[in-house]
Formats: sequence, C-alpha cells, structure tokens
Amino acid sequence: MASVLAALASEPSQLLPARTQMAFTLGFHIVLVPMGVAFTFIILVAHWRGLRRGDADALRLAQRWSKVAAVLFAVGAVSGTVLTFEMGLLWPRLMNRFGDAYGIPFAIEGLFFFLEAIFLAVYIYGWKRLPAWPHFLTGIPVVLSGIGGTLSVVAANSWMNSPGGFRMHNGHVVDVDPLRVIFNDAFWHEGLHMLLAAYLVAGFIVAGVYAFAMLRGRRDRHHRLGFLIPFTVAAVVMPFQIFVGDVAARKVFEQQPIKFAAQELVFDTARHAPEVIGGVLIDGEVRYGIKIPGLASWLADFSTNTKITGLSSVPPRDRPPANIVHLSFDLMVGIASALLALALWFAIVWWRRRDLPRTPWFLRAATVAGVAAVVAMESGWVVTEVGRQPWVVQGLLRTEDAVTRADGVWLSLVVVVVLYTAVATAAVLVLRSMSRRWRAADADEPPVPYGPGDDLAPAPRGARS
Amino acid sequence: MSDAVAVVLWIGVIFYAVLGGADFGAGFWDLVAGGEARGRRPRALIDSALAPVWEANHVWLIFIMVVLWTGFPSAFSSLTSTLFIPLTIAMFGIVLRGAGFAFLRVSTRLGERRTFGAIFAVSSLATPFFLGTVAGGIASGRVPLGNARGSVDAWVNPTSMLGGVLAVATCAYLAAVFLVAEAQHREAVDLVQYFRARAIGAGAAAGLVALVGIAVLKDDAGHLFDGLTSDGLPLVIISAVCGVGALVALVRSAATPARVLAAGAVAAVVGGWGAAQYPNLLGTHLKIGVAASPDSTLTAILVVAAVAVALCLPALILLYMLAQRGRLDVAEH
Repeated sequence: MASVLAALASEPSQLLPARTQMAFTLGFHIVLVPMGVAFTFIILVAHWRGLRRGDADALRLAQRWSKVAAVLFAVGAVSGTVLTFEMGLLWPRLMNRFGDAYGIPFAIEGLFFFLEAIFLAVYIYGWKRLPAWPHFLTGIPVVLSGIGGTLSVVAANSWMNSPGGFRMHNGHVVDVDPLRVIFNDAFWHEGLHMLLAAYLVAGFIVAGVYAFAMLRGRRDRHHRLGFLIPFTVAAVVMPFQIFVGDVAARKVFEQQPIKFAAQELVFDTARHAPEVIGGVLIDGEVRYGIKIPGLASWLADFSTNTKITGLSSVPPRDRPPANIVHLSFDLMVGIASALLALALWFAIVWWRRRDLPRTPWFLRAATVAGVAAVVAMESGWVVTEVGRQPWVVQGLLRTEDAVTRADGVWLSLVVVVVLYTAVATAAVLVLRSMSRRWRAADADEPPVPYGPGDDLAPAPRGARS
Repeated sequence: MSDAVAVVLWIGVIFYAVLGGADFGAGFWDLVAGGEARGRRPRALIDSALAPVWEANHVWLIFIMVVLWTGFPSAFSSLTSTLFIPLTIAMFGIVLRGAGFAFLRVSTRLGERRTFGAIFAVSSLATPFFLGTVAGGIASGRVPLGNARGSVDAWVNPTSMLGGVLAVATCAYLAAVFLVAEAQHREAVDLVQYFRARAIGAGAAAGLVALVGIAVLKDDAGHLFDGLTSDGLPLVIISAVCGVGALVALVRSAATPARVLAAGAVAAVVGGWGAAQYPNLLGTHLKIGVAASPDSTLTAILVVAAVAVALCLPALILLYMLAQRGRLDVAEH
C-alpha cells in the first residue's frame, strides 16, 4: 500500500487523465473500425450477389448498408482524427523520442485512409449515378485500403510491443530500418488478429441486428438475407481467428514474458504452470478460479515442462495490473469459444438442410453475439495495452515518462466523455430513425437501387445486368 | 533531404488551407444563411457540394500531423504540448463538425436537423479560428522546444488572434468563391448571385484583415515580418495579385478563373509564410535540419508521399470530377 501511494505521488498528475482519455477514445474508435474496414466487404458481398443473380433484395441491402456505413465511417473518421491529435496532445514524449521510427507506419496508414475516404465517397454517392458494374468496382479499393490501413495501424501498435528496426544511441533513435519497423516481430500475428476481429465484429453486429428483427417476426427474405450474408462471413472467419489468437498467445510468451505471466496469472516462475480460469491474484497468491494443472505451460510451448517466467521476476513497479489483464484475457477467450460454437451450430444445420436452426434460441444467441464480439475485441485490446504497462514502448519508455506536462488534461477528459456520449447517442438515434423510414417505405413499395428510381438522377446505362 | 520533407509537409499545409479551408468556410455560410425559409436553398447547395468531398478534404490534416511527427518529432511534440488548449479545442471542433454534418445528412426531422446544422455551423467557425491561433503561435516563434515549456502566451497574442481571424475570413472567402462555381454547375442563378456578393464581401474583408495584419506582424512578430518582406515577398505579391484578380473575375462573373485565383491567393500566402520562416521550424531556435529524423526515415516519408501522389491524386481527381459533373450529387433522405 505504501509503495502504491509513493508511486502515485511520484507520477505526473497528467498520467491518470491522459491514460483514461486515450483508453476511452481508442475503445470508442475501435468499435467503429470494423464498420469501416469489414462492413464494406459485407456490403460488396451483397452487392455482388445482387448484380450477379439479379437479386433485388441483396441489392437493396447493399444500398442501405452503404448509407449506414457512410454515417459510421464519418464518425470513425473524426474519432480517428482525435487519436491522431492525442498522440501529440497526450504523449508528446513518445513522439519526440520515437517518432522517427514509430511514425513510419502511421504515414502509410494515412495513405490508405486517404484512398479509403476517396473511394468510399465515390462508392456511397455512386448509387444510381454510376453504371452498375463500374460502381461495384469502386468498392473494391475501399476494402483493400481498409485492410492496408488496419495492418499499418497495428504495425505501429505491434512495434510498441516488440520495438525493432532501429538502435538507441545516447537516448536517440539511430539506424532506422523502415521495413523492420513495420514488419516487426509482433506485426503478423497482431495485425491479422485485429483484422480478423474487425470482420468478426462487423459480421456478428450486422447479423445480430437482423436476428433481432427476425425474433420480432420480420422473417421475410430481406431480413433472412440481411442475417445470412454477414453471419456467414463471421462464421467462416471464426476458426481462423481462434488459430491466429493461439499463435499470438505463444508469440507473447516469447516476446513479452511478463505480459504472458499476467495473462496466465503466473506469479512465481515455474514449470508445469496451471491454466487458471477466472481467479484473481492477491498478494502473490492465486485465489478462486479453476486450475487446470500444467495447461499454461503446455499452451506456451506444447510441453507441460515449459518454464513460465513469473511476475515476481521483475520489481513491482515493472509489473502490469495482472488481474485486469488476466480477466480480460479469459473474457476474450471465453466469448471466442462461445462464438465458435455458435458458428459450428449454424454450419452443421446449414450443411444438413440449407436452413437456419429452427429454435428461437439460435436467433437469441445470434443477437447477443454482436455485442459479445465487441466485448471480446475490447477485452483483447485491454490485454495487449494494459498487459504492456508500465511501458508505452516495451522496455524502452515508461508511460509516465511519455505523458504531456500541459495543464488541462482532466478538463479535456471530461469534455471528451460528454462529447462522445452525445455523439454515440445521436448516432444510435439517427440510425434507428433511418431504419424506421426504410421499414415505412417498404410497406408502400420497395425502391429499386438501379434503374428508374425515386431520385433526380437519370437511370445510368447498363443498369440491370 | 530534410528540406525535401519540409517541402512535402508544407504542400500538405497548403492543400489543407485551400481545400480544408473552403470546407470550413462552407460551414460559415451555413451559419449566417438566416432562418429556416430564407436559408434553405443556400444550405441545400452547401450540403450537396460538401457531402462527397468533406472527408477527403480533411485527410490533409492527418497527413500534416503524420509527416510532422515522423519527420520532425521534436517540433511536433513541442507544439502539441505547448499549444495543448487550442489544439484540443480544434480537435473537439473537428469531432462536432464531422459528426454534425454526417447526422444532418441523414436526418429528416426538423428539430434534429436544426440541432445538427447548428453544431456543424458553429464548429466550422471555431475550428479554423483555433487552428489559426496555432499557426500564429508557430509563426511568431512562441513555441519553445520541450514538453509544454511554453505559456498561454503562445496562442493568446496579437499574431495568434490575427491568425484566427484571418483563417476564418479566408475560409469564408474561399468557400463563397467555390460555391459560386458550384451554383453555376447546378444552374442555380439566384445562388450564383447570392454567393458572388458574399465572395466579394468576404474577399474584401480578408484583404482588409491582411492589411491590418501587416502592422500587427511588424509590431509582434518582427522575424516573420522581415521574412515576408524579403524571401517571402514574391509570394506575398503573387498572393495579393491573385486576390485582386479573383475579385475582378467575380465582378465579371467568371466563376472558374475566380476559383483558381482565390485558391492561388491562399496557396501563395501560406507558401510565403513557409519561405519567410525557412530554414527555421520553430522560432529561431529549431532549424529544419536539426529537428529532422534520420535519413532512412525521411526517405520512407518521401517514398510514401510519392506513392500517395501516384495513387491518391488520380483517385482524388476522379472524385472531384464526378462530384463536379453532378454525378455524385445527393438529394436523398
């Protein structure tokens, strides 16, 4: 307790609000990321189906989804701009010391974001204004730059976990190798893990909305398709995500042993370390939870004899808050397992009789899956970010040394929370009223995305294929 | 090499000043368009001109920040920490503006539209003002090196106030000129007249602020003033000529030349600022060459910039062309 108080007294007063603001804004932005990165892919699947098979329902879904994507992309664009500002506003010493290496992936991300913004605008406003297939094609750069942008941002984040591609000389970064900065040791597993997470979240959220509508009795083809397309994308991605996640955990064991110790709740270095499910660490003892003997060791390197470095191998001030990391990790893995089971249930029933499981419990589970996928993704970020503490750049720069010394961070945090709450509320209200308008419009007559429509623009050539 | 990256950075600043500026200015005209009935048509034009391009217009800001922190990390961290307050306000302004505009575009209820419209318009005014104060703080050399070493004086000073007011006036001017052309494309004669009058008014106002600014700078930012009257002088003259030329073109109803000349005037004056400050990045205490990252990092920035030109520029031209041709025009709710 005394040491905690001493630590609190010595750390700059800006640290707590700065960390809270960063966590809050990043946690907010990350929910929107899948809607920009992966939702566009789901839209294109529907769009392709609509054009290829002349499926009016699919085409209408694609058109409406792209309007939803436009709203969410706009919010994501501004909340992403906030993160860009915050790199300097909150963490000037991080940028000062490592900008020359750490900045490079962001430069590339900027490029992808630019392309994404341009083509998304063309795609969204191209409905009814561009010929059908060229219009479809303008969506493809959106998906590709979404993938590129995600990998670039995660390249920067994975560099913080596994900094490489430079040397330190008298406290300065020298000999920067841009390619090794980008393709650092944590790049592939972390980048793929986030990219697949984006596809899972987008798929399960969109499917969840339609599952909910189907539970309420709207079981027409429009809703069925609106459920099936995104759910199938998510169900296909799910097993790959489990695999990548498993690889990632072993990479963390190699590259960030203390983070791994926190994740697995290993206090003293040991072989035959048990896997703890649930449970908390109190004064160096694991309490509660279920212990599976030797499993943590086995998961780390396929042998129960594997030695796992414990938290106690570093001084207390170098340890992350293990309980938060561990419980978040358990939450992520637990949800992922449940989602895998849901995906398998769907796959088996679909394979046997080309239909959804009949029980309403399937739709109930699918409704919850959207929210659950978001929780799993957020937990994953808690594991990687909190698990790296007290470092902002693993082993090189402590978070407290990176923070700004400017006044007013508390005030900024308060405004951010109020502002984001308002933006989120408005976004939900706006999307709900869009959906109500569409439902009312469908009651009259379904509009046609291509061809003579309800709009001023003339019907483009080659509209219906 | 560091000079090349500084030039890339400054090109980004110029593009943001022109494109982002016109974008902010459109919000200004939304704000002063008057009541529900009177303001309907100008607002509809602003809405449809802005919708497809506003996100792309603001990526320039991200570009500037990223090049700055990668290429000149110490300058970036010094100015973000010292100018914490105006930058934080600008950041909030960007959130409110973007979200307000996106929600406005898809809402139909009168009350909602009023709220989102007001948020969009007010933040369109506040954001360039505070970014202008940031520019003034940098231009007058008030940002010391280090983590929040400067005082409030870094952005509350005559040059910063000039920067803020000039930014708002310039944005309004650019937007009005651009909107004349947009109205002409849509053959909306009344709106051509409407924005032409406002463009002339805003142009005169911006010119007046700039003239007053000369006195302010001479008194408050001597170093910058000396630069503007020596190395930067040709660009300042070009800017003045373009500005007057744009006004003449407007009076003669030549919308497209007016647009080019107005953009040229703004680009030249921002370029002149850059030339006046060269080779300093912050005040006289941080030179470009000293602040620059290692050469391999600078090379990476230049490569990314070259790829950006190769990929984004054609895409951007396609977007502007489609938007100009009315192909992306939006009238949907």
